[in-house]
Amino acid sequence: MDSAVDGPRQPPARAGSRLCTRCGERKAALKRPKTLEQICRECFYVVFEDEIHQTIVDNNLFKPGDRVAIGASGGKDSTVLAYVLSELNRRHKYCLDLFLLSVDEGITGYRDDSLETVKRNEIQYGLPLKIVSYKDFYGWTMDDIVKAIGLKNNCTFCGVFRRQALDRGAALLKVDKIVTGHNADDIAETVLLNILRGDIARLSRCTFITTGEDGPIPRCKPFKYTYEKEIVIYPYYAISHIMYAYFKKLDYFSTECIYSPNAYRGFAREFIKDLERMRPRAILDIIKSGENFRISTTTRMPEQGTCERCGYISSQKLCKACVLLDGLNRGLPKLGIGRTKGIAGGDGDCEQQATRSERNRSSLQGKHGNFDF
Amino acid sequence: MHLTLEFGGGLELLLEKSTKVHKVDLQPNDGDGKVVMKGLLAWVKSNLIKERPEMFLKGDSVRPGVLVLINDCDWELCGGLDAELEEKDVVVFISTLHGG
Ligand SMILES: [Zn+2]
Ligand SMILES: [Zn+2]
Ligand SMILES: [Zn+2]
Repeated sequence: MDSAVDGPRQPPARAGSRLCTRCGERKAALKRPKTLEQICRECFYVVFEDEIHQTIVDNNLFKPGDRVAIGASGGKDSTVLAYVLSELNRRHKYCLDLFLLSVDEGITGYRDDSLETVKRNEIQYGLPLKIVSYKDFYGWTMDDIVKAIGLKNNCTFCGVFRRQALDRGAALLKVDKIVTGHNADDIAETVLLNILRGDIARLSRCTFITTGEDGPIPRCKPFKYTYEKEIVIYPYYAISHIMYAYFKKLDYFSTECIYSPNAYRGFAREFIKDLERMRPRAILDIIKSGENFRISTTTRMPEQGTCERCGYISSQKLCKACVLLDGLNRGLPKLGIGRTKGIAGGDGDCEQQATRSERNRSSLQGKHGNFDF
Repeated sequence: MHLTLEFGGGLELLLEKSTKVHKVDLQPNDGDGKVVMKGLLAWVKSNLIKERPEMFLKGDSVRPGVLVLINDCDWELCGGLDAELEEKDVVVFISTLHGG
């Protein structure tokens, strides 16, 4: 112990020695990154949920009677979203029909476990669950795809197929909207990535709280202004019995994609976290910067049509998924992997990525299991 | 000093057998008998972490994105690296860095 060397500059504040700045009664348990307020656990729940309600109301995310699919990966964001949304739906009488929608990529050991989490959520919270699979839609599992193409570029498939599978699953459920668990940190990270790639078209679009309003099923992000730190702490601080029952077996963290050597995104994420430590507002400011980019009239946006083969939204004759599938089925898996700006559903996360010899090394860096923007 | 350390959010993967909860007995190694967070982090690094310490630590603190709770209280409210620990304290480390 080296505390003698540079002892505390201020008297050590033992846990809970300060009072909550909201209620002034209970001990503060958390410093909110967004506002730097020091608040107690009970007040945290109130503000956390109220802010999400406010976001939903201010942005008119839902209409009474809407059928809404929650993109559920079994990860922390979508699990907390499912819980909070069903609470708010009840409390504020949104009159929504909520569903859990999961995509089974067919990754042995990874998706099996996270789907178990989603199945528990179905029972614990009484939300009907629909699981759709790559195998059913495309005839290929991710395990098969990786066998065919190796570890390089597999995230291109993953991104394109997942996005489309979610849309198709939502169509089967006949929902009006899809909600995803993207949080403020995710969005700030995507803004940065789009700057780094020079993808101006996506730069402002990735900050929209609702996207795809021109397409068949719009998607929205009720956690757009919610910090990851608070999402992580929310289930940890479970105060009520029902919350405890809901979250106690939540092993969401061990679910990580073994095919996710996405170091580029990992570096962007780390950079965001460094900024957040120095100035927590940086995350909201980056989102604001993205929002304020406007595409000049000279930048031509690709026209949206539909894929000749499958009918999915596409700016080309064939959608990206069909091009990739063609390649797979003809034994030319490189087909369609090149950088193709503006193609609907193009993910682009990993095109620059080379295979990592020790792919497990990146497993804590890469973020996977999110639906793409 | 007896402490309970919990690791979550994937951090447990850096430890022996991916064990999440560790009951440890720490000897303060200087005169005043204190254990502060800074010292605990160094101890965890040399005694518990089996691989990739850079996933847990950066400089002499935790890596940004790793959440620390001391007795369920955000360590930022307890003095951070200078927070003094007491007998039977529970310290939780959660990585927020992956798993959407
Ligand atoms: Zn309070
Ligand atoms: Zn992938
Ligand atoms: Zn198609």
